Amino acid sequence: MAVCIAVIGKENSPKYISCINPSMELHFQYKVHVSLDVVEEKLQAVSKPIADVTKEQYLGLLYSTEEHKIYGYVTNTKIKFIVVVDSSNTLLRDNEIRMMFRRLHSVYADIVCNPFFIPGEVISSKKFDKTVKSIMYGD
Amino acid sequence: MPAVPIADDCLFEFIHAELVNYVASSSKGDHDVSTLEYLGFCCGYRIIERLTKDWPRFKDELDTLKFMCTDFWSSIFKKQIDNLRTNHAGVYVLLDNNFRLISKMSSGNQYLEVAPRYVTFTCGLLRGALANLGIHCVVTSEIKTLPACAFHLECWLHVIEFPFPFGMTRVSRLGT
Repeated sequence: MAVCIAVIGKENSPKYISCINPSMELHFQYKVHVSLDVVEEKLQAVSKPIADVTKEQYLGLLYSTEEHKIYGYVTNTKIKFIVVVDSSNTLLRDNEIRMMFRRLHSVYADIVCNPFFIPGEVISSKKFDKTVKSIMYGD
Repeated sequence: MPAVPIADDCLFEFIHAELVNYVASSSKGDHDVSTLEYLGFCCGYRIIERLTKDWPRFKDELDTLKFMCTDFWSSIFKKQIDNLRTNHAGVYVLLDNNFRLISKMSSGNQYLEVAPRYVTFTCGLLRGALANLGIHCVVTSEIKTLPACAFHLECWLHVIEFPFPFGMTRVSRLGT
């Protein structure tokens, strides 16, 4: 389903990145990096009192290019999840994207509760990797 | 509904009491509770990720503190904070009239001296949870009469260095 999933830490440092095609990883790192500015923008808009809908953790579509669409999600603890999907994939609705983020957040919460994981470090857990892969392939 | 009541309520109290005993007996000084505080910090830092999972993003500091007083407190201590006071400049006082971890002690002056070590873990818990939510503060506690406990939070507006994993935070106040 998705072509790339990334986890970005509090201070915008990359914690985890995984793509379907490993040779494209650098390319996706650029894309994710660029999208962080949009995330910042969306977060700042929230501090002004607008509608309640903007307070969701799911940020929606950050931006789209000819090949890819990039979606964002930010937790209360300022961890950002970025999902890149193929623009040609019209089957993916907003709901499915939300579902992906929800699963991603659950597995992230599990990882944080692992006593051997030090918060703020790069995520190297195999279980996390496996779950992210399964989210990516749409299982 | 299981036939035998689940023991998860009292388990936390028991393990906490043992934790306090263990730390108190293994530390050299009488008043060395920083280990307990640190343990609380680590727990709070991790658990808050799970507790805020399906929660909308917090608007501001006060919104976050309200969450801590209601949902955070009731998920850990089965009750809410009774009173939250603030000066709107980064100082908050959370008052619990019947704090769970000291509510089983007799309410006279007998245990007043040792009671603070039973709330130190919770101070760390608060500090850790808030640190992960982006609010860096110093938490102190105050027990005047026994089942009641007040937590004083003094928040720092600007953090120079990211605090995790270990050690004290180097902080400075904006404008001073």
